[in-house]
Amino acid sequence: MVDPKQRSIDPAAQQMIQRAADEQIDLAWDRYEAMQPQCGFGQLGICCRNCHMGPCRIDPFGNGPQRGVCGATADVIAARNLIRMVAAGAAAHSDHGRDIAHVFLQAACNPDSDYELKDQDKLLALAEEYDIEVDSRPIQEVAVELGEKALAEFGQQDGELVMSHRAPEARIQRWRETGLMPRGIDREIVQIMHQTHIGVDADYRNILKQGLRAALSDGWGGSMIATDLQDILFGSPEPVRSKINLGVLKEDKVNIVVHGHEPALSEMIVEAARDPELLKRAEEVGATGINLAGMCCTGLEILMRKGVPAAGSFLHQELAIMTGAVDLMIVDVQCIMPAVAELADCWHTKVITTSPKAKMPGVEHIEFDEHHAYEVAKRIIRLGVENFANRQPQRVQIPEEETELVGGFTAEYVYTLLGGRFRPSYRPLNDAIISGRIRGVAGVVGCENPELPQGSCHVGIAKELIKNDVLVLAGGCSALSDARAGLMVPEAAFKYAGKGLREVCETVGMPPVLNVGSCVDNTRILIACCEVLKEGGLGQDISDLPVAGAAPEWMSEKAISIGYYVVGSGIYTVFGTPQPVMGAPAVRDFITGEGIEQLVGARFDFEPDPIKAAHLMIEHINRKREELRLGPMMYESEAQEPEPVAAS
Amino acid sequence: MSKEVAAAAIRASHGKVAQIDEALQAAIENHGAEEHVGFPETAFYLPMACALLGEEVENLGQMQDVLEYTKTLLTDEPSDSVWLPYLSGTLDAGIATMLSEEMLKALDYLEGTEPQEGWHGFISDTILRSLGIQLVDGRMPGFAAVVGAAPDLETAEYIIRELQKRNILTFLIGNHNGKTMRDQLLEAGVLDQSIVEDPASGWDIYIVPLGPDTESIIYALNWAIRGALTFGGLQKGDWKGCLDYTRAHIFAFGLGLGTIDDLKFASGAGAINMGFSVICDTEIPEIRPTGVCTYEELVRELDHQNIVQRCIDVRGVKVTVREVDVPVPVAAAFEGEIIRREDMQVEFGGKYSHAIEYLTMRDMDEIEDGKVTVVGPDVDTVEEGSSHPVGIFMEVAGRKMQEIYESILERRTHTALNHAHGIFHMGQRDIPWIRISKEAFNAGWRLEHFGKVIVAELKNEWGAIVDKVQVTVTTDEDLMDQWTPVAKEAYRIRDERVAGMTDESVDLFYSCTLCQSYAPDHVCVISPERLGLCGAYNWLDARAAFEMNPHGPNQPVEKGECIDEEIGEFEKVNEFVYRESHQTVDRVSLYSIMEVPMTSCGCFEAILAVLPEANGFMIVNREFVDMTPCGMPFSTLAGTVGGGHQTPGFLGVGRRYVISKKFIRGDGGLPRLVWMTKEMKEDLAEGLQKRAEELGMPDLPNQIADEDDATTTEELMAYLQQVKHPALEMEPLM
Repeated sequence: MVDPKQRSIDPAAQQMIQRAADEQIDLAWDRYEAMQPQCGFGQLGICCRNCHMGPCRIDPFGNGPQRGVCGATADVIAARNLIRMVAAGAAAHSDHGRDIAHVFLQAACNPDSDYELKDQDKLLALAEEYDIEVDSRPIQEVAVELGEKALAEFGQQDGELVMSHRAPEARIQRWRETGLMPRGIDREIVQIMHQTHIGVDADYRNILKQGLRAALSDGWGGSMIATDLQDILFGSPEPVRSKINLGVLKEDKVNIVVHGHEPALSEMIVEAARDPELLKRAEEVGATGINLAGMCCTGLEILMRKGVPAAGSFLHQELAIMTGAVDLMIVDVQCIMPAVAELADCWHTKVITTSPKAKMPGVEHIEFDEHHAYEVAKRIIRLGVENFANRQPQRVQIPEEETELVGGFTAEYVYTLLGGRFRPSYRPLNDAIISGRIRGVAGVVGCENPELPQGSCHVGIAKELIKNDVLVLAGGCSALSDARAGLMVPEAAFKYAGKGLREVCETVGMPPVLNVGSCVDNTRILIACCEVLKEGGLGQDISDLPVAGAAPEWMSEKAISIGYYVVGSGIYTVFGTPQPVMGAPAVRDFITGEGIEQLVGARFDFEPDPIKAAHLMIEHINRKREELRLGPMMYESEAQEPEPVAAS
Repeated sequence: MSKEVAAAAIRASHGKVAQIDEALQAAIENHGAEEHVGFPETAFYLPMACALLGEEVENLGQMQDVLEYTKTLLTDEPSDSVWLPYLSGTLDAGIATMLSEEMLKALDYLEGTEPQEGWHGFISDTILRSLGIQLVDGRMPGFAAVVGAAPDLETAEYIIRELQKRNILTFLIGNHNGKTMRDQLLEAGVLDQSIVEDPASGWDIYIVPLGPDTESIIYALNWAIRGALTFGGLQKGDWKGCLDYTRAHIFAFGLGLGTIDDLKFASGAGAINMGFSVICDTEIPEIRPTGVCTYEELVRELDHQNIVQRCIDVRGVKVTVREVDVPVPVAAAFEGEIIRREDMQVEFGGKYSHAIEYLTMRDMDEIEDGKVTVVGPDVDTVEEGSSHPVGIFMEVAGRKMQEIYESILERRTHTALNHAHGIFHMGQRDIPWIRISKEAFNAGWRLEHFGKVIVAELKNEWGAIVDKVQVTVTTDEDLMDQWTPVAKEAYRIRDERVAGMTDESVDLFYSCTLCQSYAPDHVCVISPERLGLCGAYNWLDARAAFEMNPHGPNQPVEKGECIDEEIGEFEKVNEFVYRESHQTVDRVSLYSIMEVPMTSCGCFEAILAVLPEANGFMIVNREFVDMTPCGMPFSTLAGTVGGGHQTPGFLGVGRRYVISKKFIRGDGGLPRLVWMTKEMKEDLAEGLQKRAEELGMPDLPNQIADEDDATTTEELMAYLQQVKHPALEMEPLM
């Protein structure tokens, strides 16, 4: 018997899970169950398929083989496997960044492009960072040079990445001294593949260091480039109202779901969905309009910038199809389950792949082409409109749930958020931390994983943190979970936040959990840390700050890469279920203990229980507060003391 | 909640912008776009628009530009649910309201309807210069913009008296249901009819009625913003600089009495942009998190008895009149007071008797907080004009107290005693010199009051560290004999702590940027062998100050690589100074006057100046008023040295730097010193002799000229040649 409540905390998801069970349709959770028991060697990280002398596996109980055929120990094997995950994750983010850089360059070179460079202030600021002459030059020329320079960083062989210099001086020095400063983006990924090839590196510490360096090339390179160029191309997000959950699908409208990670096409889809010709056609086929809904990080991209509602997060992709109301699902790259193709066959839903890197047998492929973006977008939407007629109304069942949210927070916007046009500053945030209204800041990010009830850990951690006056910045599927649970409305501060945080939220008019965007946008959290340090009073390095990170329901290789660039930047981070290193004691101890701490000033912890995980983060934040010699929390001992005024 | 405030302010900003829009179109229709518009007697056009936007509005057409910009500041009111962040919109509404109010008032001046009869209206640049300087240099602690009216006459009078008592300038603005505070004060007899006949007469009594409507608040605000342009030296259009300046230097606040309507909220939001907190006496929602203002932005205080004190706390106004239970006033203003022998009732220490001050830490349960004990005969039992021994022994306890803070706290005796009117204090440790004036004695000053002012000083200023203070004041020689060796041992330990230290023995120096408020680019670097130029802080003091307040003006400075050992230039020190001097000073040496010397703020105890003819340097201390061999007295020299600039050849220093081994080592050290004041020579005699012997020049102290030997270069050269001063033989300085 399927118990939907064990599979997701979201009532809409539960309803669709029940429906699938009733109709005997397999979903990710069913496939997960069918997979049990999962391979213990894989979970522990101690099987190696890097050469054909193997596969080898180490006996974790010490009875069987303790070395692979080549002599690799459990620690070497686990470390190699782990950093290959980093390589894949960093590659995914960075390739995303590269594709955006291509679109950017095309838009800059071609005045007739369907894209325009919307945020010219950011363009000029970034150009200056890249040491590009901006005075007395046409902006288009500046943009071309910027695009070329950004693109060149992917293939750069030596030197340092421009954006890594955004880090505080102490951190830059640390990276230089420990040999962790990335030299180029692709180069670090390639080196992982080489270093983990049979018979190359046999020192797990050296292996892990390269993992950190490649991850940093993602966080301060590929991902950061993606975010910044996207902001210039499509406009920097500002607070915006939207809705989330399956209830955003509409019975009377053509429902088009955009799923994946890259906004280049979906931005055009948003434009094209307003095309009068298409709207007219929609009317002709009996719909009252065209309804766009996002899914996963593509959804977050257009939510942050355009306020387009989101149908759901990673594990909702099949559930959306289960409503019978999705006329078209457009997918680009990353986190698209191959299962959607087969599932769509049970329904009228049409799936379209658009990336040359992500195709599915039996699924129509219409390749995205940045030179004819609007035309391609229109062509795709038309398929959805035409497919409306194939809907089987009697099979349509859309859950009611749709939750409101406010999204669109960026590190740059904090200035305006806290001071308007004439007092732009991080000072109120630093003040709030120093005075003990806000204990600290946590970045809670990452995926969803059917091994845990969907959303339970994201929401559990976030609630516990805000209750303890920790401001939460949420990205990726974590943001979508929190939004679905109603944590991203300003009212949530009154319901869930501790008194100090509530006071700050009330003053600003903001939610206690801030949506910072897609997983590639997690770099916004790094920038926010840098800005806090620049404002002053909270130390010299990111590792001095009262901040912590978490990836409670992680599953993708991107999450591993993010984890390593976050820790590599000096932020203590808690993963839910352990990384696949538990069969390799030295590696496990290194990444959760002194070893990595000495290298980068931060480490990992593994704790699947959301409340315990939250408290690990809170304890860490408290420690950092003590080290900074900050005062006690303002309202912690309120019972005995009157409310202080003008605490100086 | 804050959202209601936001909604009210944003609503009002829309209303005000619509009103000025309509009024301006009508004015342009009547007078034409070329018609001159502005306020009387100001060089700053519409001052708020000039400071924030850089606009020089001289006619109605130009006013239209300001209006168009103002419209871009308007945002939507927050929605009932799932509102978007509103703080930014509220602050912008405040700016929009200020700009609109200013334009409306300017139109009223054009039409001749302002100032209204019996009200002051716009404040001229002349008044700005005469009174504003007091406001920014701290003589006048701040100003209050009182908006509305008190609930009754008694309260009106009480509040105004509380403000007057603290020397706070008060503007009366607006009304509450038609009642104005001005009329209340007239009725209560606090003001008389002359204020109506001549509102400017209010400046003398610190009460100025600006206007009977809320919009008149702009007169107070555009007066304050001109302070930034005039005294802060900021450029028009440097909105950030101007608003930072008003927040940091002008301690103004708004005091809302009676109902706060939309426009009052919006005007308050304008004030908050300037860093001025707003305090109200009605049930308004509060905005307490800090950051836009220094402390809370919007606070309510329903108790009129407390409301003025609350305003002062919230804005952080530095009111120097402290309430201490002693028979004379206590304020920073009395610090420099000299008591002549003929005005003196009794004295302690100095030349004629032994005096000692010593502070030590105790456990929390060992002492009783606030207890002052007097042992021995009190001042009313001794002869007028006589001199007596005194011991002041202070015991403090606190959870955060540490032994290394003892010396810093002990030195606060100087501040505590000097701030009392009629009490003079000089020196420290076992060489203090204290006098009580006849006036203070007649007012009732006795020995116990020394204890009381010390307790108040330590608890008020150092409450973060000190939880309990107990003081014993004694004229009993037996008791003094018991304490003295203990104190002397403590002094010795303290001296050894820093005396044994060299710049090479530490990795960290400390900065001091306390004086950046008036020398914005100045950074002091304090090392074990070079104390702060004010003489008040040595390396240990700065370290302790950092530990007491890690976010304060004393920060650790890493040395990094030594670039030049002789002149004391360090890589990381350069980086630190570059950053903290706002990128104006990129190199600094610790041991040279000639090469990239340290900057000076203005507080230096003494000035070193090059004397090219003598191939050496002279040093003159602040107290010396006569001419020096460099042709300038101290005061003229100070003008050259201060302000945070590097001026090779001139350097502000702490006195004791002279006897440091690192004293201008890069320029040749102590043998280069050719002239110093007699007072300094005596003060440093022991140390000078010691250094001279170490250098193998035991006669050096005598070879250094003083004002008796020379006051001109010619006299000095003659003297130096006569005594064969070693500087003459050294390699040429220039």
